[in-house]
Amino acid sequence: MKPWNKERAEEIIQAHRNAEGAALPILHGLQAEFGFISEEAVVMIADALNLTRAEMHGIVTFYHDFRRAPPGRHVLKLCRAEACQAMGGDALAARVRERLRLGWSETTDDRSVTLEPVYCLGLCACAPAAMLDGRPVGRLDRERLDALLDGVQP
Amino acid sequence: MSLIKEIDFGTPRQKAEKTVSLTIDGFSVAVPEGTSILRAAMHAGIKVPKLCATDCVEAFGSCRLCLVEIQGRPGTPASCSTPVADGLVVSTQSERLKKLRRGVMELYISDHPLDCLTCAANGDCELQDMAGAVGLREVRYGFEGENHLEAEKDQSNPYFTFDPSKCIVCSRCVRACEEVQGTFALTIDGRGFASKVSAGVDEPFLQSECVSCGACVQACPTATLMEKSVIEIGQPEHSVVTTCAYCGVGCSFKAEMRGDELVRMVPYKDGKANRGHSCVKGRFAWGYASHRDRIVKPMIREKIADPWREVSWDEAIARVGSEFRRIQQIYGRGAVGGITSSRCTNEETFLVQKLVRAGFHNNNVDTCARVCHSPTGYGLSTTFGTSAGTQDFDSVEQAAVVMVVGANPTDGHPVFASRLKKRLRQGAKLIVIDPRRIDLVRTPHVEAAHHLALKPGTNVAVLTALAHVVVTEGLVNEVFVRERCELDAFADWAAFVAGERNSPAAVEKISGVPAADIRAAARLYATGGNAAIYYGLGVTEHSQGTTAVMAIANLAMATGNIGRPGVGVNPLRGQNNVQGSCDMGSFPHELPGYRHVSNAATRATFESLWGVSLDAEPGLRIPNMLDAAIDGSFKGLYIQGEDIAQSDPDTSHVTAGLSAMECVVVQDLFLNETANFAHVFLPGSTFLEKDGTFTNAERRINRVRKVMAPRSGYADWEITLRIAEAMGYPMHYAHPCEIMDEIARTTPTFAGVSYEKLDAQGSVQWPCNEKAPLGSPVMHVGGFVRGKGNFVITEYVPTDERTGPRFPLLLTTGRILSQYNVGAQTRRTENVVWHEEDRLEIHPHDAEQRGIRDGDWVGLASRSGGTSLRARITDRVAPGVVYTTFHHPMTQANVVTTDYSDWATNCPEYKVTAVQVMPSNGPSEWQRRYRELAEKNSRIRLPVETAG
Repeated sequence: MKPWNKERAEEIIQAHRNAEGAALPILHGLQAEFGFISEEAVVMIADALNLTRAEMHGIVTFYHDFRRAPPGRHVLKLCRAEACQAMGGDALAARVRERLRLGWSETTDDRSVTLEPVYCLGLCACAPAAMLDGRPVGRLDRERLDALLDGVQP
Repeated sequence: MSLIKEIDFGTPRQKAEKTVSLTIDGFSVAVPEGTSILRAAMHAGIKVPKLCATDCVEAFGSCRLCLVEIQGRPGTPASCSTPVADGLVVSTQSERLKKLRRGVMELYISDHPLDCLTCAANGDCELQDMAGAVGLREVRYGFEGENHLEAEKDQSNPYFTFDPSKCIVCSRCVRACEEVQGTFALTIDGRGFASKVSAGVDEPFLQSECVSCGACVQACPTATLMEKSVIEIGQPEHSVVTTCAYCGVGCSFKAEMRGDELVRMVPYKDGKANRGHSCVKGRFAWGYASHRDRIVKPMIREKIADPWREVSWDEAIARVGSEFRRIQQIYGRGAVGGITSSRCTNEETFLVQKLVRAGFHNNNVDTCARVCHSPTGYGLSTTFGTSAGTQDFDSVEQAAVVMVVGANPTDGHPVFASRLKKRLRQGAKLIVIDPRRIDLVRTPHVEAAHHLALKPGTNVAVLTALAHVVVTEGLVNEVFVRERCELDAFADWAAFVAGERNSPAAVEKISGVPAADIRAAARLYATGGNAAIYYGLGVTEHSQGTTAVMAIANLAMATGNIGRPGVGVNPLRGQNNVQGSCDMGSFPHELPGYRHVSNAATRATFESLWGVSLDAEPGLRIPNMLDAAIDGSFKGLYIQGEDIAQSDPDTSHVTAGLSAMECVVVQDLFLNETANFAHVFLPGSTFLEKDGTFTNAERRINRVRKVMAPRSGYADWEITLRIAEAMGYPMHYAHPCEIMDEIARTTPTFAGVSYEKLDAQGSVQWPCNEKAPLGSPVMHVGGFVRGKGNFVITEYVPTDERTGPRFPLLLTTGRILSQYNVGAQTRRTENVVWHEEDRLEIHPHDAEQRGIRDGDWVGLASRSGGTSLRARITDRVAPGVVYTTFHHPMTQANVVTTDYSDWATNCPEYKVTAVQVMPSNGPSEWQRRYRELAEKNSRIRLPVETAG
């Protein structure tokens, strides 16, 4: 993840602006580069695509995956959907929030971890499931969760 | 009187010619193909419950209340998004549907405050109505769970509030902002239960891209978006359809009243100019009508330096009569005159010119159209034979190419701009010819194919170069020209425009517009299908204003873009009744209907009816009146609803002229700038306080209806009657409809106009006579009014106003959405939150050279005078060009403008002034002196002093 850079953002926007339905490829490109969609970027995309700020705001906020603030060094997504809940996901959710002292979509003070809820990773057969920095993790239990957390926040 | 409730058909009207028949609840209905079942049901008088549908926006299918059952089809489709089909058998009520609808309503109400009794929308709430319609009797879900009841209210907009706790997220506001207004300022933030309406990026409305047109407020089915005036006053109990008194679009509104208090103005769906839409001015900015600055008692004084003294109407009128008669006895009958108002009604304007011609016995009558669209009158009557635009506004819906020249519709004519933008979003191409990058050049979802950013003052060169391309590239519509136009004139014109000096390459050097852009724009205009031209004061207010109008007319004729819907030449008129004031004989050389005063037969018509003999010589124009005043031969002026001291060019010349007169009579709502030089002040009436008609830019005569008594006791037309009587020429009219009858009797283009017809038809576009009893939406169909279309040679002559070392920049002027003209009305409304002062737009390059930062005070000087204002640094203007508005009297932008004017009509050259801009510390010496004078000359003596 690179720090926000307006010139680089402009390059990403220009690279995709002529694509059909350019807003999503641009947003994905920006999030991949910077880890989040800055307010400044929303205005820049709106201008490039000749849309209003409001329209871009509508698009960005519709998708939970687009972050509005820089994430921590690691991103832990814990599945909160039905299958994982049935397999003990609630207890794991409580555990992780307690250990990190975080609410959903929050980042620890030391900026090591961002905790995000996710509604189905498609790993129902291995529920409860999570995803750490893009790597899926299945069959979670308390020990495996603690081990995951030890790895990101010693 | 009752409250007009317009039918909401739920989805927009379809224009297909093929009709489809179906059965709804046992009734058979035939509607155009593509119509929704919801709308078809409404045609049969069956109201299907609905929340997210309303007929100003396309179907959305989100509320799930308008479900129906269709025989042979599975499920319960939403009737708003299901089109009709032949032979369908539809049921709108069944046990299943009732249950489904109650279930939906129950969910809505489970997250909606139950404060109906204290809610501002009580009695005008669709959610309430639907709860009643579906028979909601219980809500099982309670408020214990998550809800939105504590959501914070946004009160930032001065005219309406946004209360998300009452929102049902039907998206009607979002869609109205997009589809009707075309601003796209609203969105839905988030998804699912978290969805909420958001202005901009979750900003207060005032800081968002919202232009406060009111479309969202009108579309809202609940109290979420609510006029503050309704919150304050309560629901209206009756309404009257009338016409907005702001710009030349002439929107129809319902004035919704409680007693004689205006609660709100709501755009009227049957209004043929606006089709149910509005802008911030007409919709909301009517507070000036009850502003404390309004003067409601007549006042007089001996000298303009004296304080004003309130007097009775009798005394004030007697003073006008005795002074004007005295002046005429001493200085001759030509020493007095009148100025009609483009804000007053047709009937009032007709009376003022009648008073001058029959009561003053001269032709010294003029109007503010002198300073705006007089070149349109001259130019279009020379080429086409009529002094008016050729189309109705509906025509834009059929245009494939639109060329906007010297106009800024999104600010000046916002409701037309919304209709234009809708057409552009559908794929019509846009060409903009303007020195400044107006919003239309690039605004969300609209982008001009070509922006010819010409140097101010070079319109004629660029327009003629467009014609050069049309002629030399073989793009002339020869069939049209051969059948409809004067061939000799065409041949001369074609040879002229084809000349090398009119080529794009030559004109590039003059105008700064790249030759390739001129060529591309000309090709698009000539070959892109139906091409329509809309133009504004950026065309007319030049030394070659009339020439530019004729150049536009030439282009339209050469390409055959005249005489059918979707094409034409359309002046966007500035003021509500500037078309009407011209029609009504406000010019010194023309009797009503644009007939020259030297025409004996026309004079005879009026002479026999009026019982006087009329002068066959044209009278004085406004600038001539002022010159004559300075020379000492013109001494008395009756000014109805005009502020020439602020709106006319070269302010010091105007004020010198006014100061030299012995009796200046100002009839206005406020002590305007001109009143600083007046001896008699007669308090006027607003459009809410009188009956009459306004004629808009599409020649549409719209009714103005009285909704409250005149605060001063008299409507403006009644005041003119009293002056006429004091001048020894009594006129007798009991009601403005009798004045219209006289207009119809004497003016052929109005022969078929009457209040009965207007009441029955809603409005009518002149010409309205035996040939066109219902009026004429499009003119010159099948042939030009003058017979054959006349091509006129348009040689470019540069203005004498040139930049040089002392004045290196070109100033051009314009206006802004929230303000209107000299701002007398809009400055006295909450609209000032959007524009508290005039600013000077200057390019970053020019600003840097002068050490000017954004927001700095700068001096603006021309050879006429100097003023100061604050700078706004922007690349909307090109280097070398600066721009400002003229809405505020303290800016006095017209101190700077010069006395140069159009060669044919004297229309001032407002759009080009050579200026210098330099840093300054604050108001200029002129502004300080003027402020002192204005303060001194607008004093009103308190009654107690009068007694003493």
